[in-house]
Amino acid sequence: MLKTEGLTKRYGRHTVVDDLSFECAAGEVLGFLGPNGAGKSTTMKMVTGFVEPSAGTASVCGHDIRSDTLAAQRRLGYLPEGAPLYAEMTPASFLEFIADVRGLGGDHRRRRLDEVIERLQLGPVLGQSIDTLSKGFKRRVGLAQAILHDPDVLILDEPTDGLDPNQKHEVRELIRSMAADKLIVISTHILEEVDAVCTRAMIIADGRLLVDDTPAALAERGGGSLERLFREVTTAAADPAEDAA
Amino acid sequence: MKNAIRMIGAVFRRELASYFATPVAYVFIVIFLMLMGAFTFYLGNFYERGQADLRPFFDFHPWLYLFLVPAIAMRLWAEERKSGTVELLMTLPVTPWQAVLGKFLAAWAFTGIALALTFPIWITVNYLGDPDNGVILAAYIGSLLMAGGFLAIGSCVSAFTRNQVIAFIIGVVICFVFLLAGFPLVLDLFAGWAPQVVVDGIASLSFLTHFADISRGVIDLRDLVYFALVIGTFLYANTIVLGWKQAD
Repeated sequence: MLKTEGLTKRYGRHTVVDDLSFECAAGEVLGFLGPNGAGKSTTMKMVTGFVEPSAGTASVCGHDIRSDTLAAQRRLGYLPEGAPLYAEMTPASFLEFIADVRGLGGDHRRRRLDEVIERLQLGPVLGQSIDTLSKGFKRRVGLAQAILHDPDVLILDEPTDGLDPNQKHEVRELIRSMAADKLIVISTHILEEVDAVCTRAMIIADGRLLVDDTPAALAERGGGSLERLFREVTTAAADPAEDAA
Repeated sequence: MKNAIRMIGAVFRRELASYFATPVAYVFIVIFLMLMGAFTFYLGNFYERGQADLRPFFDFHPWLYLFLVPAIAMRLWAEERKSGTVELLMTLPVTPWQAVLGKFLAAWAFTGIALALTFPIWITVNYLGDPDNGVILAAYIGSLLMAGGFLAIGSCVSAFTRNQVIAFIIGVVICFVFLLAGFPLVLDLFAGWAPQVVVDGIASLSFLTHFADISRGVIDLRDLVYFALVIGTFLYANTIVLGWKQAD
């Protein structure tokens, strides 16, 4: 479903993502873990076709993101970091715009709109301008936008960042409920989240893939604690990178 | 092709609606109409001339556009960058040129609406006398084309930065150069060192000259092609700048 081959991004002499290759399939919830600045967001930006890789490529459902960008983007739903939205629009008009761009029409369009509005409980704020909404609602509008066309691959960059515990719980429930027939990739630096929703976790630091396993296996390697393993591998990786910089 | 038109349409509608979702549209239209009126009647001596035409009205368009059009264009891409929505837009299945064209056309339609709202002045001149309405129509078309040229420049500049103030100032400067390209102020910068062909080439780029031709009622194919080329070139550059900015 999603495959990257030697995905690399350099800014000047600084390598942000370094030769990243992995493959994942429907039904997986892949957690992208790593300290801030590890290259998680940059990887997601490349996979979704926003940032051009310096080398390597990624493909979504067999469509190469560099040569067959639109076909790949049609199969993707993406929540960028911080859930950017058009602040002056209302959730209703914003979702109509997304439905237009996603080419949803007729009954199907109405059904999908109703379904995501219901699922993310956007009903009460549909007519309010987005910049007056609380952070939790904004994030939900961002999620609604990402899942509106029922994509095969869902990429969520820090979907629960800045939300309160109840909102975090709701977003995790949503992810779990959609996981069966989709591939969902989430990035996070909250380790408990990996335990809560992921079927597979990757730890990335300095743009390199360090660990790739199930959350349970990772916790075992860390002597029962995912956090310990995370600290071990990411602090060990930091030293050689400093020489390189 | 059908798909491309649908995408451009979606971007266009969203953008145009966003002008009217904030006070921007209303402030712009009111200021535009007030300045148009003030210039025409006071500076342009509309009544004192005693002629039933709209020359004093159209003569001020280039100067008004010089400041007002970059103010419309500055937000086109700078705001998308600043708020991060550019990432949302460019990861939707929309190509860069569809996004550029959709947003440009929305801004152009908006200035078209503002321009159309100057119709009372056309009614006034028809009430007072018997003007050549063909010339007036031609001048309106010329004015709209010139606004399109300014907008394309402004849109391209706006793609370079996330700061709207910078986009505005640079936009005004480049528009000013294009406006006065045929005049000594600009030509003297080049006359000393550039070959005559280049100087003549620059002189022929003047918005003012081309607009003056059209507003006299002569719609020459060369003037139309000129504005189409300016718009096309800057929108093409706009698309390229978008690509660059994403690569880094």
